[in-house]
Amino acid sequence: MRHRSLFIVTTAVTVGALTLSACGSRDDSSEGGSGGGGKTTVVIGLDAPLTGDLSALGQGIKNSADLAVKTANKNNEVEGVTFKLEALDDVAQAATGQQNATKLVGDDEVMGVVGPLNSDVGQSMQKVFANDNLVQVSPANTNPELTQGKDWQSGKKVRGFDTYFRTSTTDAIQGPYAAQYMFNDKKLKKVYVIDDKKTYGAGLAATFSTEFKKLGGKVVGTDHINPDDKDFSSVASKVAQTDAEFVYYGGEYPAGAPLASQIKNAGAKIPTVGGDALFSAEYIKLGKKNSEGDFASSVGAPLETLETAKKFIADYSAGGYDGAFEAYGGYAYDSTWAIIQAVKAVVEKNDGKLPGDVKDSRKQITEAMQDVKFEGVTGSVGFDEFGDTLNKQLSLYEVKGGKHVPVKTGVFEG
Amino acid sequence: MNDLPQQLANGLLLGALYGLIAIGYTMVYGIVQLINFAHGEIFMIGGFGALTAFLWLPDGTSLLVALPLMILMAMACSVLVAVGAERFAYRPLRNAPRLAPLITAIGLSIALQQAVWAFYPDATKSRPFPEFEGGRLDFGAFAISRGDLFLLIAAPLCMITLGFFVSKTRTGRAMQATSQDPDTAKLMGINTDRIIVTAFAIGAAFAAIAAVAHGLKYGEVNFKMGFIAGLKAFTAAVLGGIGNIYGAMIGGLVLGLSEAMATAYIENIPGMSQLGGGAWKDVWAFVLLILVLLLRPQGLLGARVSDRA
Repeated sequence: MRHRSLFIVTTAVTVGALTLSACGSRDDSSEGGSGGGGKTTVVIGLDAPLTGDLSALGQGIKNSADLAVKTANKNNEVEGVTFKLEALDDVAQAATGQQNATKLVGDDEVMGVVGPLNSDVGQSMQKVFANDNLVQVSPANTNPELTQGKDWQSGKKVRGFDTYFRTSTTDAIQGPYAAQYMFNDKKLKKVYVIDDKKTYGAGLAATFSTEFKKLGGKVVGTDHINPDDKDFSSVASKVAQTDAEFVYYGGEYPAGAPLASQIKNAGAKIPTVGGDALFSAEYIKLGKKNSEGDFASSVGAPLETLETAKKFIADYSAGGYDGAFEAYGGYAYDSTWAIIQAVKAVVEKNDGKLPGDVKDSRKQITEAMQDVKFEGVTGSVGFDEFGDTLNKQLSLYEVKGGKHVPVKTGVFEG
Repeated sequence: MNDLPQQLANGLLLGALYGLIAIGYTMVYGIVQLINFAHGEIFMIGGFGALTAFLWLPDGTSLLVALPLMILMAMACSVLVAVGAERFAYRPLRNAPRLAPLITAIGLSIALQQAVWAFYPDATKSRPFPEFEGGRLDFGAFAISRGDLFLLIAAPLCMITLGFFVSKTRTGRAMQATSQDPDTAKLMGINTDRIIVTAFAIGAAFAAIAAVAHGLKYGEVNFKMGFIAGLKAFTAAVLGGIGNIYGAMIGGLVLGLSEAMATAYIENIPGMSQLGGGAWKDVWAFVLLILVLLLRPQGLLGARVSDRA
């Protein structure tokens, strides 16, 4: 009896797994070989959290990349090439991101990848792409390690992967920028630093603390939280016990919003300050009235103020997309556009078409990326020797009247 | 240590929430010896039920007016799912080896989670839950938020009602009898199938109240919230002695308190600064569980089970 039911379960699981994987391979073959009409199809892969807690940001990235692809096709940006977007969902998990990367590398039509959102996901994908020379442009990874290697803080900067580029600035300047603003402009000298121990959050909190202490500020306490948690009441009570004048949180909004809210509920009427992963309308939705007065830094200048972004904003709303473009929409558009420009450069070099060989095409596109330069939605787009963006603008936003309102924009000078 | 009263209040509130969910685990285990891993999802569905009820009401409805409806809706959703699960997923396996319903429970938990994720509009991210207006309530040594008030009232009320039900009513005594020996209970004329359904329904109703409390406390519901909450509630049930309804509440409170204490004070112990704080609280909670199980395998209030295993 026992043996039989165990056998049935095993069979069911095996059959299920086989069916699922069969579905996957069917998908692949039906998508392949669709370059009809004398035009080459170039697929731009995309990886972002399209579902889950961070899906607001992920969908914004996907929609904006889609807009870039559509614009390129409409304008016939690259003669003889039709672009297609293939979006994969990484659920903000590094392991899933790595699987997606493997899948994209395996698809011969993919010539570049936009994404991902999370730094730890980016870290898991880098090597997979580097092995096949497939270029990756992230609109949102901000951890410095991704481009400059483990020892970037001690000044020993080493670029790990030639295939990795990003259009967002790094936490190496995002944390310090917020530190300078809070210390110099807001005259707040005491901070409680909390992070979620993830690649992004811990890195951000560290760069913030270093700069804040250098300026003469005092870190009155530190703590770490588990981002899957919802109960931060004990940590919040600890913060309320200190004389901290604000909280710096290194982490993302799904935990950041309830944390900031619970800190205020615990009696500490002090603002929470964080990085670009708190810069989302969802942060305000979850924190409700308690989010009022909180700060978030974000990469670049507010899109609304940029001349270059006017067309993007208009096109996006005309595109009828579900949801806003969110914090990284402009960067996702620029990342996608950078890939399109790199493809264009290679096509122009090779007498109007891509080199027939997949490996060769990918290699040339990656090399072309280094020299890509254009005026994008977020300002001038171009990359330095590490693959980092040349655009080092940053902004700080304060929640006022249920919206993130820009309070300062500038270039970090450390 | 001057924030001790506050941390105790935090821990007790968190613990009461765990305890409310744990009752469902414990009752079902007590009667059919099934660890219902889908119970966390039944809790989660209660949260979405309450949110749905609130969204149905016209904008600007006071939460005090909406709350009874939200509780009813939460209970209706949770009980419906739990009873349905019992009828269609667990009852056909009643006489199967113990492993089969356990695997079914895990499968059901994933299925329920994915169903909410896929079919509830916008449930792919956390959904904001209505909150009480106004700040916190100050009791001098400690303060709680207005949302916690619901939990503070609901948890003891639920326990008293349940205690009364189990010891004083016919169905309650039939429940005790079934949990002691289902075969003999059947011979004595107790409809054991009905008793089992009742146990599932009561557990689900408590989980639904916990879900409303969770929403009011944290201001959001999430399709994934059942997993961690379920795991903690299961731990609470085991800690208190699985099968014992008072044990579930005690286990919940002990677990909540130990998490709060670990977050607040472990790092003050010399040499332990690396092992304290919010990120480590789960570790200490499970260390406690292991210690209790080593020293008292039947749990804090559990009786030694000798005749049935």
